Amino acid sequence: MSSIRIICPNGHLGFAPMMTGSFELGVAGKPDFIAADSGSDDIGPVPLGHDVCASPRAWQEHDLEHMLLAARKLGVPMLIGSAGDTGTNSRVDMYVEIIRGLAGKHDLPPFRLGWFYSEVSKEYVRGKIRSGSAVKGLDARSDLTESELDATDRIVAMAGVHPFLKLLEEGCDVIIGGRCSDSAIFASAALFKGHGEAQAYYLGKVLECASFCAEPYGAKETVEGTIEGDKVLVTAMAPYQRCTVASVAGHAMYERSNPFHEYVAGGLLDMTDCRYEQADDRTTSVSGMKFVPAEEFRVKLEGSGKVGERYVGIAGIRDPYTIANIDKVIEWARGQTEARFGKDGWELHYTVYGRDGVMGPMEPNRDKPAHELAIMVQGVAPTREMAEEVTVAGTRQLFYARLPEVKGSAGGVSFPLDEVLQATPAYRWTLNHTMAVDDPLELFPTHSAIIG
Amino acid sequence: MNTKSNTVKKLTELAKTIRSKNAGTDKITFDIIFRESETYELVKRAQVLTRKTVADILSIDEGRITDFVEYDPAYAIKFTILRPRPSGCAGDPDIFGSQQYAPFLDVEVDLTA
Repeated sequence: MSSIRIICPNGHLGFAPMMTGSFELGVAGKPDFIAADSGSDDIGPVPLGHDVCASPRAWQEHDLEHMLLAARKLGVPMLIGSAGDTGTNSRVDMYVEIIRGLAGKHDLPPFRLGWFYSEVSKEYVRGKIRSGSAVKGLDARSDLTESELDATDRIVAMAGVHPFLKLLEEGCDVIIGGRCSDSAIFASAALFKGHGEAQAYYLGKVLECASFCAEPYGAKETVEGTIEGDKVLVTAMAPYQRCTVASVAGHAMYERSNPFHEYVAGGLLDMTDCRYEQADDRTTSVSGMKFVPAEEFRVKLEGSGKVGERYVGIAGIRDPYTIANIDKVIEWARGQTEARFGKDGWELHYTVYGRDGVMGPMEPNRDKPAHELAIMVQGVAPTREMAEEVTVAGTRQLFYARLPEVKGSAGGVSFPLDEVLQATPAYRWTLNHTMAVDDPLELFPTHSAIIG
Repeated sequence: MNTKSNTVKKLTELAKTIRSKNAGTDKITFDIIFRESETYELVKRAQVLTRKTVADILSIDEGRITDFVEYDPAYAIKFTILRPRPSGCAGDPDIFGSQQYAPFLDVEVDLTA
């Protein structure tokens, strides 16, 4: 079997623009596929729940344009997964529209564009629960209840290789995917070319974050992955970077709790017995990976539910006595808000920078605050009007806190702004679960069209 | 000369990488990576990073530590904790979990251990 080469220019397309120098070097090597993932649950539940991007459209278009022009020039497929940060239907449609626009702008010869969706309706999930097929919690979560499902606004399922493979088999030149496993994008290309599952999924695992598997650190640079027989080779394209045994082995554990196992829809990539060798100055060769098919086909679900409208207020403190008593100041402001709105139906969150603003209760130095503090106040409530008033109360009442020994009786905090700022509503992750399905494609409808 | 300064070093002086990052929506994972096998083995022997010490440093119950792995291929010690609440809830100050590693920079390692 011939080898396969794939380049990946960006570990999260759109989140920051790719570096074009190393991408052009990768393209010059005439890869068989150009692929990138464009989404992550790292960005929190707001983009999924509110159905918006976390990335600027100009940056998304920048990378899609470079990739599309290179792929069409070489005549090789271009694969994108988890479109627009979340992989919701609207983000897939947006990327499809961007590709159509770019094809017109550059007057590209006709090509076949494929896309698939990953959103799952609440009623579909409810049907599973009611039929007795538990939607199982991951990471210490309990099984999904209908009340938690009711609190959810939007759900995406994590596709595996299956919708990509279907579209590749239909002859698609460009594929825009809904939410999917990062590694599945690259693995589908290798499986399509007839390579083994272990090498295919490992190739995906190592390429998905682009230059995060190279050193020295430098994000958004292109890397190239190759399968030759039972080996996966990974090469840094940026002249200042190398893929070393340490950087590639180190990447296997990035963003996961277990460095030996990677779960995907349909099975498990086992990296326990991987062997790493420096193949040349910029390339590391990996062998010994295994793939264990799953007994039951379960798909991961991500869900986000709205908590309420949200405003943000900011206050500063310089008086050392007030700093020493900051918890009492916050308690006063919270109490005044409670006097106005009652105990329930709203939230106030205080983040105290200069004491424990980054780590909260895990901060070992929280008893040693700095000489000045910044307090970010977040108020959450069912309506905008109420959220604004809750946030104004929670911020402004810091000013009026009654501390017995305070010298400064003309105002207990400093305000950089008179106002509170409207933020995107607050959401929370309601689903981090898996659901059994009979057919790997049933949640991921595919479409294709000739463009140009 | 102070003998302590010769035989005790901080993890920040010994490790190549000390980082934290989300592992999904509900966990944060920490990687302490060394350049060479000798330092990695020395830190393992010194027992300064265990489920117990990690829980103490972060003031959390040991039960919140879901994984603790010594990962030889990368000369790395890796542990993972359950977040107090899922990432990105209102009030969560670190949506990516990327700034939770700082207390581990100062962990002291006895080189004679």
